Amino acid sequence: MPKVSMTVNGKRVSGNVDARTLLVDFLRNEQRLTGTHVGCDTSQCGACVVHVDGKAIKSCTTLALSCEGANVTTIEGLANGQDLHPMQAAFRAHHGLQCGFCTPGMIMAAIDMVNRLGFNLSEETIRENLDGNICRCTGYHNIVKAIQAGAAAMGGLKVAAE
Amino acid sequence: MYNFDFHRPSTLRQANGLMGKLEDAKLLAGGQTLLPTMKQRLASPGQVVDLGGIPELAGIEQKGRNLVIGAMTTHAEVAGSALVKAALPGLAALAGSIGDPHVRNRGTIGGSIANNDPAADYPGGLLALGATIVTNKRRLAASDFFTGLFSTALDEGEIITKVIVPTGAKFAYAKFRNPASRYAMVGVAVAKKGGKVAVAVTGAGSDGVFRWEAAEAALQKRFSAKALDGVATPSAKNLNGDIHASADYRSHLIGVMARRAVTTASGK
Repeated sequence: MPKVSMTVNGKRVSGNVDARTLLVDFLRNEQRLTGTHVGCDTSQCGACVVHVDGKAIKSCTTLALSCEGANVTTIEGLANGQDLHPMQAAFRAHHGLQCGFCTPGMIMAAIDMVNRLGFNLSEETIRENLDGNICRCTGYHNIVKAIQAGAAAMGGLKVAAE
Repeated sequence: MYNFDFHRPSTLRQANGLMGKLEDAKLLAGGQTLLPTMKQRLASPGQVVDLGGIPELAGIEQKGRNLVIGAMTTHAEVAGSALVKAALPGLAALAGSIGDPHVRNRGTIGGSIANNDPAADYPGGLLALGATIVTNKRRLAASDFFTGLFSTALDEGEIITKVIVPTGAKFAYAKFRNPASRYAMVGVAVAKKGGKVAVAVTGAGSDGVFRWEAAEAALQKRFSAKALDGVATPSAKNLNGDIHASADYRSHLIGVMARRAVTTASGK
């Protein structure tokens, strides 16, 4: 089986995998990082979103072998010890989840949104950029609020939790 | 997905060598169509050659009056490129309308046009703009490149290296997208350069992307959405109908999208 090496959450990892192994399966089954989820497995839902070389991608639609040498960040790589990442904290403060299945992908997508578009995100921008992430519980309302607050917190601004 | 042998060349020369040597080989660009197709077992190549490790295939340059876009340039890169936004803002907007943000970070211009999905966005845009598709063997005009449903003039193993897009046109692309798949139910690209107008329609034609000549003639006389009043939209006989939209509805949408594209292109 071919060998693949990459950096995951700052740690060098490698493994021998079937060529057909998807990045999400490498992360979940080989690295035991089960925070990244598989929802639809058809590129629709975004539960599998991780960052590869700083960009959000769907890890169910990427081969592990295509990520040779890449720098991968998953939901497990965000918190600093017991301190949640500001976006994670905002999802908690604003009840941006119900069942939580889509949440890892939502948070990775939200941080990518901040990286691309800055700390001051309008509701319209957030909704448009959540195109690739599906939540079947919340109706998105609190997710949008959480992302707006999380983005502001990442920029060092304060937004009152409701 | 069935298993396969995987190759990741680091130069175009190596990729070319592999494609000449391997049997049953398929090129992998961003994989946003090929991998889902392989998961459904609609494709099961024995060999996969990943083009993602070839730096010479990526990047956007302005060369004289043309934009030169490497085949492995992602939709997000085209959408966010200062060069593209300045020279052809409608092309940046087209790339930014494909899929969703995560798909745009993987999907590439070369992969999109090699697949030539009849509902893909790039074929319409590149046909209207009169782009040239450059491969490791030759140069092809967009009008010769796109030959039908999911079919192109590419030979077996031929590799798209870049796309040359002439600038200087007033250009816009208007898309009525399927909200679930984000593919175009109908997309119309309009380009006006000098006295010439090109109108290309994607998402609708039963034989893939096509030019709408009647609209071109009307718009050449007067470049305004009003010029399309009284111009019959393409006959539903030659259009796709499916659960998302009947052929008649698509025919109507072509007129609506064309007007929107003309209005955007003329900056009104």
